[in-house]
Amino acid sequence: MVCEQGEGSMQRNFVQKLGETGLYVHQDLGRMGLYLLLAVKGLFRRPFRFGEFMRQMHFIGSGSVVVIFFTAASTGMVLGLQGYYSLNKFGAEGMLGSAVSLTLIMELGPVLTAIMVAGRAGSAMCAELGIMRISEQIDALECMAVDPFRYLITPKFLAALVSIPLLTALFDVVGIAGGYVAGVHLMGVNPGSYLEGMRSSVTNHDIWLGTVKSFVFALLVVWICTGRGYFVYQIRGAGFGAQSVSRVTTQAVVFSSISVLVFDYLLTAVLL
Amino acid sequence: MNTIAIEFRDVVKSFAKKNGGKQVILDHVNFSIPVGKTTVIAGGSGQGKSVLLKLILGLMPVDSGQILVAGEDVTGVRGQLLEQLRTRFGVLFQGAALFDSLSVYENVALPLRERSNKSEHEIREQVMAILTQLELTGHEEKFPAQLSGGMRKRVGLARALQLKPEIMLFDEPTTGLDPVMTQEIYNLFARTQEQVGYTAVIVSHDIPKVFNLADQVIVLNNGKVDVFASPEALQWSREPHIVDFVESTMGKIYQSHLVEQ
Repeated sequence: MVCEQGEGSMQRNFVQKLGETGLYVHQDLGRMGLYLLLAVKGLFRRPFRFGEFMRQMHFIGSGSVVVIFFTAASTGMVLGLQGYYSLNKFGAEGMLGSAVSLTLIMELGPVLTAIMVAGRAGSAMCAELGIMRISEQIDALECMAVDPFRYLITPKFLAALVSIPLLTALFDVVGIAGGYVAGVHLMGVNPGSYLEGMRSSVTNHDIWLGTVKSFVFALLVVWICTGRGYFVYQIRGAGFGAQSVSRVTTQAVVFSSISVLVFDYLLTAVLL
Repeated sequence: MNTIAIEFRDVVKSFAKKNGGKQVILDHVNFSIPVGKTTVIAGGSGQGKSVLLKLILGLMPVDSGQILVAGEDVTGVRGQLLEQLRTRFGVLFQGAALFDSLSVYENVALPLRERSNKSEHEIREQVMAILTQLELTGHEEKFPAQLSGGMRKRVGLARALQLKPEIMLFDEPTTGLDPVMTQEIYNLFARTQEQVGYTAVIVSHDIPKVFNLADQVIVLNNGKVDVFASPEALQWSREPHIVDFVESTMGKIYQSHLVEQ
């Protein structure tokens, strides 16, 4: 009897928790959707903060160049070595340039750039907004009748949408060069066949696909990272104070990275 | 001319409890704040004093009831109307809420840059004037992290006064300050109010000192409010919770007065 009551209560708790989670997810998606709309609306509000936009461009873009350079170089070189090892089994080393460049332009360039920027700049943007929220700086802006979206969020959105595709292009170029160094200089692939393979196999459609992905990933990263910081008090389980900022920052990087990977599959399936 | 700056009519505000149900913070609350006077909102922790300020500023919605500012119903206003409403207010937050990436000068100049059409030269003149008035000259290039608590409050006040507000809201303005600095800050409030002529609403725990400024006192207790025309009127109340409140706070005033005498 006691055992049955215990089971019934567990089931009730489970259903209750499931319902609460469903409601929370529903509410959170609505909040984030509205947030995205307000951030886009902020683009059309004057005066546009060009100085802040440039500061964010410097932070997200220029500040990420080194990390993107090293990630791209190592990824390209690993691809060159791995690609050579696999292609060599079929006597197709000449296809190395094609394999490296297509992999980088269509997949790894946009994905790894977005994930690296989420880790470096996304986390910082999330923490900055979270701290501004808990120290009432965002409330202060609202009380001064200053739109926090136009003032804080929109410049970040625009800077991410411009700089992440540019960083992706840098990633592609450095990665292809890394593959060239590993394939041609270390493994002895013919330089002409590496470059010709790349030239003949990469089409405008592939570049377009990579570019579309990098724009979508940029939007996901900046949306999720700034949104989590902005709503730090409304995030379930985040707690309060400094702890809440650290938790939402971790959550922002995890969510944005997972979203990038999920959308990578979806975009590839739809656009390829 | 309207003699009432802010009016609460039957306002209810509650929050959802973690384990279900609701916690009522303001339960059919009615009061009005007269123009040009200082109203102190007192009460224990968690009684909804800061919530009350957030409701006035439209940072939170009310569950029911009406809030009127200068006779206009501002309950639930949004968008541009809300922005217009907020330009009437200046707010000094508990922690001053200064932008920590901006210098003192930039913090004080921000409302003018964002909400006025003044040239940079005019902005500089106005900012330097208020910094001089609040004895902050020489600190313009410092960042909030380099300032003491009292200075941060003064910078917050300077920023809040930039757009010449009709109503100043002070949320626990002396929290974390020593008694000397607390008195200095209250003197500053009295001085600036005399110069600018704003209506002041002060939420404070610092009962003995802040009552010296008050023209009207509102005591929040379990969702209800008691309004008193003056701090002295408070001591004649026979309501048990007010008697408790007077014993634990007002007593100190009279003790301190006796010591002074």
